[in-house]
Amino acid sequence: MRLLLTPALLVVAVFAAALSALLRYSVLEFVPGSLQTGGLSLGNFTGIMSRQYLGAVWDTVVLSAATTGLTLVASYPVAYVLARTPSPRVRSTLLVLTLAPFFTGAIVRTYAWVLVLGNTVVTWPVPMLFTARGVLVGLVHFSMPTMILLLAAAISHIDPVYERAAASLGASPARVFRRVTLPLSMPGVVSGSVIVFAWTLSAFATPELLGGGRVKMIANVVRDLALDSFNWPGGAAFAVFALAVTLGLLAAVGRLTAGSERSA
Amino acid sequence: MLRLAVLLLVAFMTLPTLVVIAVSFNPTAILSFPPSGLSWRWYVNVITYPQFQRAMWNSLVVTLGAVAVAMPAGTAAALALARAPRGASLWATLLLSPLVVPGVAAGLGFLILGAALGLLRSRAVLIAAHVALVLPFVVRSVWVSARNLDPTLERAAASLGATPWRAFQRVTLPLLRPGLLAALLFAVIVSLNEFVVSLFISTRLTEILPVAMFTYVVNYTDPTIAALSTLFIVGTVVAVWLADRFLDLGGVFLHHR
Repeated sequence: MRLLLTPALLVVAVFAAALSALLRYSVLEFVPGSLQTGGLSLGNFTGIMSRQYLGAVWDTVVLSAATTGLTLVASYPVAYVLARTPSPRVRSTLLVLTLAPFFTGAIVRTYAWVLVLGNTVVTWPVPMLFTARGVLVGLVHFSMPTMILLLAAAISHIDPVYERAAASLGASPARVFRRVTLPLSMPGVVSGSVIVFAWTLSAFATPELLGGGRVKMIANVVRDLALDSFNWPGGAAFAVFALAVTLGLLAAVGRLTAGSERSA
Repeated sequence: MLRLAVLLLVAFMTLPTLVVIAVSFNPTAILSFPPSGLSWRWYVNVITYPQFQRAMWNSLVVTLGAVAVAMPAGTAAALALARAPRGASLWATLLLSPLVVPGVAAGLGFLILGAALGLLRSRAVLIAAHVALVLPFVVRSVWVSARNLDPTLERAAASLGATPWRAFQRVTLPLLRPGLLAALLFAVIVSLNEFVVSLFISTRLTEILPVAMFTYVVNYTDPTIAALSTLFIVGTVVAVWLADRFLDLGGVFLHHR
């Protein structure tokens, strides 16, 4: 057991070393114009709250919340059909269409939206590319596969007998959905929403390409600080902040789903 | 009503991809849709642009290197997890943890670590990062297969006189094949497409294809990236279609938690 786990644990140890290097830099003082760092300081973290960066944090939270809501609404019908369709052809087609973007890289997927939003295909009545609107569209598209898979998994666990029972007792399809299907799929709704929210908080490629430098989210600020200003400590503090929020949210959803399983 | 909604949503999910494919055959550098003719010139540009040639080679080296380390390490770990169900979840959480770390955090962490070790000019840091990022996919995929493995089969082989290595080779390995194939597929796809972490730790000389594509998109507007994207899309769709046919993706993604 130990022997079999050792190589994989070594890999994780290298990853952990990278993260501890990040943590260490986040509490070191930035010396402008140099990669050398100064002494211990919490200045990088108070810097996050400075007016210069607070806008990016606020935009990130608003965009993530909007993305989560829209993704949930857009994904539920697809997930429902994926989980419930009797036809193996429909199911297989939906699954491949859902998974293909899931495995297509961020650049390919985002570039597609650069073309679509950039007045190549249609002329938009309002500017889309390099606006928060355009970034939001890209983020929803990016999050849908994840949400669909999580929702479909939850819906496929619901016994269709409950829905048939409600219908046979005279409930309209809308009422069956509102009173039976939706409440029973809540574990998937909650975990899907939290996971999409957490992932969107640290989205990088979508705001970088669709925002064109005018829409900045936390991850874009990390890149600017680290790769343009060579302010590794400042970038590290922002990255640690994103990491902490992500882990906190995922731990919460882990606890929530564990709780719902025990009660089920 | 539901059918119409799903149709529209699926269109939203797939149309951008179709636009990319259409634009890739555009005959002029100025994008237009629908294209005014058909041309392969952007595909020629993909193959002849020196920075893409270099990036393709780097992608090949990094992905092969990462897969060569992650496959055996992940398979061994998955077998260990499947055999020791008590305490397995803690180890599993640890091994799968790189999945939940934001890309910029891992990327900047590896940049700082690589600079401290003086390794940033080589591809070593890139390969190390890719190994960590694909390992969770390998562990998960093999674990699914290994959990369904009946340990009595291996004992039967042993009782018939097979050495442990021979039992592994002739009994365990063939039974794990679906999991191993899925693991290989995921590892290759994830590594070939990895972008954020790689952006932080590559130079012009070591950058992999997605990073080179990003730089190109930022600097040029011609359809070369559409052509390269089309190649990526075709490759991915074929791979996922094959996986769905032969590996029961629904089993992995819908019923398995």
